[in-house]
Amino acid sequence: MTSLRLSKPDTDTLVPFIGAVALILCGSLVYPQFLTLTYLGQQLQISAFLGVIAMGATIVILLGHIDLSVPWVVGGAAIMSTALVGSGDALLGAIAIPAALLFGALIGVINGFGVAIMRIPSMVWTLAVNSMLLGVAVLNTGGFNPKGEASATMVWMASGHLLGLPVAFVLWMALTAGLTLFLGRSGFGRYLAAIGYNEKATFLSGVGTPRVIFTAFALAGACSALGGVLLAGYANQAYQSMGDPYLLPTIAAVVIGGTSILGGRGGLAGTIGGALFITLLTSILSVMQISNAWRSIIFGLIILGVLLFQNLRRKAAS
Amino acid sequence: MPDFLRSNRRETIAVAVLVLLLALYLGTHPRGASTYVLTIWGNQCLILALAAAAQFFAVIVRGIDLSVGAIMALCNSLASHVLGGTGIDLFFGCLLVVGAGLLAGVVNGLFIVFGRIQPIVVTLATASVLVGLALILRPTPGGAIDYDLADAMTLDLGGVPSSLILGALVVVAFWLPLRRTGLGMGLYAVGSSEQAAFQSGINVRLIRIAAFGLAGVFAALAGLYFSFVTTTGDAGIAPNFTLNSIAAVVLGGVALRGGVGSLIGAMAGAFILKTIGALMFFSGLPPLAQPFVEGLILAGAISIGGADVLRVRNRLEVFGR
Repeated sequence: MTSLRLSKPDTDTLVPFIGAVALILCGSLVYPQFLTLTYLGQQLQISAFLGVIAMGATIVILLGHIDLSVPWVVGGAAIMSTALVGSGDALLGAIAIPAALLFGALIGVINGFGVAIMRIPSMVWTLAVNSMLLGVAVLNTGGFNPKGEASATMVWMASGHLLGLPVAFVLWMALTAGLTLFLGRSGFGRYLAAIGYNEKATFLSGVGTPRVIFTAFALAGACSALGGVLLAGYANQAYQSMGDPYLLPTIAAVVIGGTSILGGRGGLAGTIGGALFITLLTSILSVMQISNAWRSIIFGLIILGVLLFQNLRRKAAS
Repeated sequence: MPDFLRSNRRETIAVAVLVLLLALYLGTHPRGASTYVLTIWGNQCLILALAAAAQFFAVIVRGIDLSVGAIMALCNSLASHVLGGTGIDLFFGCLLVVGAGLLAGVVNGLFIVFGRIQPIVVTLATASVLVGLALILRPTPGGAIDYDLADAMTLDLGGVPSSLILGALVVVAFWLPLRRTGLGMGLYAVGSSEQAAFQSGINVRLIRIAAFGLAGVFAALAGLYFSFVTTTGDAGIAPNFTLNSIAAVVLGGVALRGGVGSLIGAMAGAFILKTIGALMFFSGLPPLAQPFVEGLILAGAISIGGADVLRVRNRLEVFGR
């Protein structure tokens, strides 16, 4: 069995980091301002939004499943937290963030139920959950932009600075470190990769596989919800379908980070690199002021290129 | 007959559900069962049914194609440029559009087979490229499709909607013969067990590339038919169709683990999905509640259709991959 490689960084994990650095260096040849602290700090901050969501997605993908309910868990958490703050009640405002995280975890449990108990393919079940969440959001807000605002805490989490670093980035790193430690030291982390590798064998060795699946989806849901809270803090509001642009980049970030989409191989460290790489790529392509069309083409080609490189290198190494 | 029904249980259920839903729809529609109502309904259904057919070819070989919507968008944008002029121009225009879809599909297949990247990731990346190309062709919605051709494809022929005739043609003239060829068998063999297929001498690589090529062709046909229905080009149609095509194949009894299901089921699934949406419109539900109820019905239908847990005899069977 290929276990989670958590302590020793391998080449798979390093590639996206090297790619991110290469992007900055190449970009700085044309745009010297790329090497300023302001620009880099800003990129770290924006990467954190994608990174936090991708962290949760990594856990589900390690399991060999996929979570397509990300867009409306992000959107729902943002709507919920801003609505609670916007109600004006001090108590409701204070529980805005925990309530949003709980909402994400709850949706994760619903996802886990369909996947672990009903045995519906995760790709379809989470898609259905996503469309139900969309329906609830439309029903709730009447199709208009939801009212409400972000609390001071949420704004600080998304845009504040701590010791010169963006708070969002610090939060992302702390959570990744905590989760990495948890996955490395607990049975849960081992079972996660074991299920991704061979669920039947894991079940037959006496592991309560449904419990692991439930936990993984709940963690992923909470991560997506945190992403939604951060985004709401960043924009100081929630808006319809704010999570939609995060679904595919999240999967791209996880895969570029060296986690196999089939499950069982990979880790959270690579996802950090993947999120940084994707965010930088997007940012550089938009700074270059080329049309949306070319941005989309170059984005796709570079992702294909990185994956081809990773696979061919792996094949040559083995 | 009972044997036939038993061995095609999934399709039978899907078609039965569809007939029931359609009866309900025609019953609640203020104008009742007229050619006009059926034509509008059939047009919307056939677009998704062709997209579902595309998704079916990817899923049957144990893959998935997230670029279905993107190929549709590209072909729709392309069609809005090349579908004008005289008969011969139109013919080559259609050929060009379908050729573009085939090329996109084959490129997907080549990356999957020779690049050894998972289909979901390859098509995710190529979708981005294809949407970019579509945007270059059609930065804003516009363009035109030859009206005579569009009318011929989307109205009715002697009271029978053209869309339903075209759909039946795909099944009778393409799918049923294909099912009996080596390629048709190979699709199922590769999807059920790649290793077994390889060891019985099937060219697994070729079959897989062909499957994604067929997916590209059907996505192109879906894009082309979308052009006939809307008579404009729009590069922004991709995301909806990709996700709906996946939902449609599952509703139609095609297993995402590959090797199970048929094109008829996939197309029936698309018809079911669209009919549910159309039913909502006349259901008298408050408009704001409709997306939620639609999602709920989708989830319910998928749970029943996709849940393996309902037909296992041994607990270990649920892990069967």
